Amino acid sequence: MSPLRIYVEGIGLWSKQLADYAALQTCLAGQAPEPPPAKPAATTLPPNERRRAPESVLLAVEVAGQAAMMSGRDAATLACIFSSSHGDQAITDYMCATLASAPTKLSPTRFHNSVHNAPAGYWTIATGCHEASSAVCAHRLSFGAGLLEAISSAIADQRPMLLVCSDIAGVYPLVEETGCTQSFGCALVISPTPSDATRAALDITLVPHSTHDMGAVPLPEWLTSLREANASADALPLLALLARGHGECRIGAAASLSLQIALQPITPDAPVADVRRAEQVA
Amino acid sequence: MPEPMTPLAVTAYTATSAIGLGLASQFDALQQARSGLRANDFSSAPLDCWIGRVSGIEEAPLPLDFALWECRNNRLAWLGLNQDGFIDRVRAARARYGAHRVALLLGTSTASIGETEAAYRRLDADGGFPDDMLRPAIHAPHSLAAFVTAALELEGPCLTISTACSSSAKVFANAERMIRLGLIDAAVVGGVDTLCDSVLFGFNALELVSPQPCRPFDAARNGISIGEAAGFALLERIDAAPDAPQLLGYGEASDAHHMSTPHPDGLGAELALRDALARARLETTQVDYINLHGTASQKNDEVEAALVARAFPARTRSSSTKGFTGHTLGAAGIVEATIALQAIEHGLIPCNLGGDTPDPGCGPQFAWTNEQQRVDVALSNSFGFGGNNACLAFARAGFSA
Repeated sequence: MSPLRIYVEGIGLWSKQLADYAALQTCLAGQAPEPPPAKPAATTLPPNERRRAPESVLLAVEVAGQAAMMSGRDAATLACIFSSSHGDQAITDYMCATLASAPTKLSPTRFHNSVHNAPAGYWTIATGCHEASSAVCAHRLSFGAGLLEAISSAIADQRPMLLVCSDIAGVYPLVEETGCTQSFGCALVISPTPSDATRAALDITLVPHSTHDMGAVPLPEWLTSLREANASADALPLLALLARGHGECRIGAAASLSLQIALQPITPDAPVADVRRAEQVA
Repeated sequence: MPEPMTPLAVTAYTATSAIGLGLASQFDALQQARSGLRANDFSSAPLDCWIGRVSGIEEAPLPLDFALWECRNNRLAWLGLNQDGFIDRVRAARARYGAHRVALLLGTSTASIGETEAAYRRLDADGGFPDDMLRPAIHAPHSLAAFVTAALELEGPCLTISTACSSSAKVFANAERMIRLGLIDAAVVGGVDTLCDSVLFGFNALELVSPQPCRPFDAARNGISIGEAAGFALLERIDAAPDAPQLLGYGEASDAHHMSTPHPDGLGAELALRDALARARLETTQVDYINLHGTASQKNDEVEAALVARAFPARTRSSSTKGFTGHTLGAAGIVEATIALQAIEHGLIPCNLGGDTPDPGCGPQFAWTNEQQRVDVALSNSFGFGGNNACLAFARAGFSA
């Protein structure tokens, strides 16, 4: 079957070392980017919500806001998918510890912030978005599986989509099981059709066998190790590919499936009007 | 508005909840108007409420091959999969299409969090998990889908949808998109949520739990009763099963209003309804039955009753079945989808159990007692925290709008 073609319009990124996508580009160019403040700014949220929101929401909203702004689209018009391997591990830890000691003292706010779709809820409220919103996970493969879902939604319904994939660092004892020791979040705005905001076209094919190809674009060792420390950082090969502007990468999307991604550059020599349109597949 | 969609065949389905294991038990309880709710005998500390508990989970361990996946939620998943010959139907689809052409898309709100809670009740001297709890796959929200994909030996796309109480309604939308794009030929959809302290004490903290059996749409309703359930459906293209009931459409929308309270005008719920009707090429006048979200919370029922009253003619029948099963949270979408499918199959409009003194906001559409009539088109509403709304539309085989 022919590949699924989508167009990337916006990219968001945040970790303790990387404030945004530009910082990743700096890093890949061999320079040291300025690290961000300790907490994601998440300025899309109104100040009172920003104070109340849990860390997982701040991280997701920060990268979502970056990607939406780069795309130039009104966030209210973007259907959205928020993927995360573990949701808010700090809240899970709080809830399980409280339930073990004083269950009737559980905080109602922390409980409603514990739902996996809390970032989707805060984001749609802050942006006034009435489009479809979803929250998904696939353990170690939450980025690839979320990307597959975002691509299907964008092409099936011919609409732009916001994909966010993020996980905050865990706390002991839960972190021993999640293995998620660093925070990392990223976001993409993708569209089924090219536009003035198109930065790259991706041709994506679902292929058997789950393999993850980190070698497509060489990454500094600390970035490679970030993937071990956070499943959401599975996005790095694709983000690095976007930064380089050409080539291919492969990202695991299910236990026996991968996404083979070929990047077609959008350059001044090949204006968007000349790029072939999204094909209706199968 | 979205483009109309090509309907899909629902070639197999099953449900297990407090009203019984499998479709025959579920239908019998509906026909007898028999609630499955009981006084809370589950939580690790006393809590004055009623619950929809599935009997026998404690005595039904997973097969030894799946020992690593042991937890209440996966036990209920396994119990549910083994009803109504569902596993055989999946096996046939796998043989027909190939394991990598069948997706597994499951909804859950809390997955196996009950096991993580148990680990925290028995931390060792260093504050770490006890040895038997060192199972990373169980302490993750994907544990349900990961277990079921292993149990069914599927190799296609595998995703957990976790949008609180709309989770296992939205899975039908995920499946339809992937089938339409030709990424897969069939999908196992569904959802499982089990009773755990997180939801019992969590909803209690929000003052949303009733000390009595829940009374959806009753003027004196005072909160939800939490339940547990497992449900599954197999979706394929219609040419594979022209006589099977059909998924006609689905709708998804966001309230953009509040994390734990619905939009006062039911904005997201109505957008999801209009989205579903447009995909299904339906007018509201063609809808015979709506299985409502109807949780028995003050706000949900007020908003949803108003939506039914303004959007549907008097002949459309509607009811909440939470009085039978309790609110099964992330499993509510699939359980209520199977009830909508049974309404089509058997011509039974299940009563709105527990609504003895109808809220004055309820219109003539409500079925306060069981009704018998032909049902060609049935909808199912599912709404979740975060303002997440979904609506499903099903129809009898051969129905043409």
